[in-house]
Amino acid sequence: MELSTAFTKSLTGAEMIPKSLSDEGVQFVFGYPGGAVLPIYDELEKQDKVKHILVRHEQAAIHAADAYARSTHNVGVALVTSGPGVTNAITGIATAYMDSVPMVIITGQVPTHAIGQDAFQEVDTVGITRPCVKHNFLVKNVDDISVTIKKAFHIASTGRPGPVVVDIPKDITTVKGKYFYPKSVSIRSYDNLKNKIVDGNLIEEIVMLLRQAKKPVIYTGGGVIFSNAHEELKSLVSKLGYPCTNTLMGLGGFPGTDPLFLGMLGMHGTYEANMAMQECDVLLAVGARFDDRVIGNPKHFFREDRKIIHIDIDPSSISKRVQVDLPVVGDVKEILIRINKKLQTISNVVEHPDSVEKWWKKIEGWKNRDCLSYDRDSKIIKPQMVIEKLYELTANEEEVFVTSDVGQHQMWAAQFYKFDKPRRWINSGGLGTMGVGLPYGLGVQLAHPDSTVLCVTGEASIQMCIQELSTAKQYRLPIKIINLNNRYMGMVRQWQEFFHENRYAESYMDALPDFVKLAESYGHVGLKVEKPSDIEGAIREALSQKQRLVFLDFITDQTENVYPMVPGGKGLSEMILV
Amino acid sequence: MENTDSRHVISVILENESGALSRVAGLFSARGYNIESLTVAPTTDPSVSRMTIVTSGSNEVVAQITKQLNKLIDVITLVDLTDGSHIERELLLIKLNRNSQAKHDKIEGLVREYGARFLDTSDGTHIVELTGSGSALDAFLDKVDKSVIIELVRTGASGIGKGSRVLSY
Ligand SMILES: Cc1cc2nc3c(=O)[nH]c(=O)nc-3n(C[C@H](O)[C@H](O)[C@H](O)COP(=O)(O)OP(=O)(O)OC[C@H]3O[C@@H](n4cnc5c(N)ncnc54)[C@H](O)[C@@H]3O)c2cc1C
Ligand SMILES: Cc1ncc(C[n+]2csc(CCOP(=O)(O)OP(=O)(O)O)c2C)c(N)n1
Ligand SMILES: [Mg+2]
Repeated sequence: MELSTAFTKSLTGAEMIPKSLSDEGVQFVFGYPGGAVLPIYDELEKQDKVKHILVRHEQAAIHAADAYARSTHNVGVALVTSGPGVTNAITGIATAYMDSVPMVIITGQVPTHAIGQDAFQEVDTVGITRPCVKHNFLVKNVDDISVTIKKAFHIASTGRPGPVVVDIPKDITTVKGKYFYPKSVSIRSYDNLKNKIVDGNLIEEIVMLLRQAKKPVIYTGGGVIFSNAHEELKSLVSKLGYPCTNTLMGLGGFPGTDPLFLGMLGMHGTYEANMAMQECDVLLAVGARFDDRVIGNPKHFFREDRKIIHIDIDPSSISKRVQVDLPVVGDVKEILIRINKKLQTISNVVEHPDSVEKWWKKIEGWKNRDCLSYDRDSKIIKPQMVIEKLYELTANEEEVFVTSDVGQHQMWAAQFYKFDKPRRWINSGGLGTMGVGLPYGLGVQLAHPDSTVLCVTGEASIQMCIQELSTAKQYRLPIKIINLNNRYMGMVRQWQEFFHENRYAESYMDALPDFVKLAESYGHVGLKVEKPSDIEGAIREALSQKQRLVFLDFITDQTENVYPMVPGGKGLSEMILV
Repeated sequence: MENTDSRHVISVILENESGALSRVAGLFSARGYNIESLTVAPTTDPSVSRMTIVTSGSNEVVAQITKQLNKLIDVITLVDLTDGSHIERELLLIKLNRNSQAKHDKIEGLVREYGARFLDTSDGTHIVELTGSGSALDAFLDKVDKSVIIELVRTGASGIGKGSRVLSY
């Protein structure tokens, strides 16, 4: 790249880093200091454009930045030191990678001359992160810092998003070099994949197939959310009047309260969504990747007489697990706009309205199975009831975000909380990382300071990043923690009950802390709730504490399971029902 | 839709960056793809390297391999050479014991027949070079008396499309 010297400035590498971030418009950097990044921290301290958020463990820095990204459509940024700083960050990076979250992670590295010498706090960061990043860089020259950071943001946020690591040796940060932050960068080996316009004939074909459907389903995922295509999706589904289902990552991409919505599909999806998915004749898949937790056994899912249209920006997502008939590589939003435009010119959009009506009748029959029912008169708190009440009491608020950990509580939150807007449901789907819930709460609350942020967790998951209660105190983040405390790694216990003849090997959570006192010792409010009749009051109390983090410890039924359930390796229609 | 594994030769142009090779190798091991051989060297344009990968798999797997390779940021472009007419060559270097005149005469015959060359004679050994398709090298090796082979080394295949099949970027 040719740079005119008029625009370049001489700065130290360390000075360039906060400067690049502020030139990029970054609001927060989540991090933790250490030897290799001390010069960078020194410069962060001297400026006030980029705010640093000090977490208590590097894993949480990545999770918080990840949630900031998921909830805002901006790139999340984190900064960690070399060696253990990086290894602690790996879980967070892999989590973001699996769910395609745009992030830039700056890692300190030992000085260039020490690389390869088994230096103090040296790890091969580029090597160790390679399988769980979209791309990574080792910067070897101070003059390359700003352009590399720009490239990292470009790669992280375009195409299929993902985390990008920029590894910066300490000696590079202490010397002076040329600073120039470009407005844009082009990368020949990357940009050539974009901007391939989808052929008009393909749009015609999609429209034709959709119109001819007798038993249609529209199945959408995280891609709709990344692409900000929820409005276009809503117009398409409404225009066609076809049933719509979302993956775990796609919730909120289509309004959860819409009558055309069948609920989530997949391993713990609704009976109606899974049956419709299995039996449909035309399937429109939008920004969803036919995950094994979504379609179960692909052999069982396969149907000769079903036509599949698949829109995805990543060609490798298409025909990976399921062969499709109409592959469409491109951005969801752009393609939906074109489909909608085409549909607008047609008066009788649906060619077989009678068949579609019959299809809806069949779906109603499946719905009547009431697959999410549970014992509402239970004397012990049912976890589902907590989420239902939580939804009831927050549904009218303008901006509510729900983060979650991993386990049964996550599934109940997905099933019982209705998300009408995208980016309100923040959880780890692909990697299924226990411990994300609270750090996700930090990132979301910082991004949306006036919103209600609910963290639905379990007593096992919350302990994996419990130290972040301290970060929440420091930055006064009034997250509401909903701990569904069943004294078990419930999801593990459920599998042991179903597949290991009730041998509950190491899934009982013994020696639990008193969560109320724990919350209090961090300077927060704690409440223990043991009776179903107290659920509502406790939630109201927590919501009324606008300035405080409240830890609600719900003592729930230990024996409750998540239904429906498609056992691993089984077909989508082979659900275990309640 | 059962389909059997077939051999594919994929030619890749990638940025000549440190780490680019490990990204490709890592991709194959992480996703469990077969890799028979991999050769790589810079071209006349020092900013890029050209790599030839020989792999095998079902059509679905090979389609995924090319998509996943394309997804690597350092990969500029690629082509599956086995989709059309192309040429593949490998290099064999083989060190032979020349103590027995009778055996040596036989080797000389083979060298002539296969268009191989003697490159070095020292310490009672010969080094023979043979360039050809993998199967030509196999055929040659089949005929060489095993008792005279001291050591041998083969490169993987390098491939190039014929005529107007050009991998440009
Ligand atoms: C305990 C547990 C249980 C689970 N149970 C279920 C379950 O029952 N049901 C379920 O659905 N999931 C479940 N999951 C989650 C599951 O593992 C997957 O993470 C999830 O199904 C993947 O969602 P997705 O297909 O929407 O893909 P995502 O991971 O969200 O991927 C998005 C896709 O969209 C594409 N894309 C991105 N941006 C664009 C764009 N701009 N334009 C076009 N395409 C784009 C990407 O290339 C990618 O293919 C569970 C997870 C856990 C931990
Ligand atoms: C880091 C990590 N380790 C292990 C697992 C496997 N795992 C999935 S769910 C689960 C139990 C979660 O227990 P809890 O947080 O109490 O939630 P519950 O299922 O009881 O609602 C475990 C151990 C995981 N997903 N993540
Ligand atoms: Mg539990």
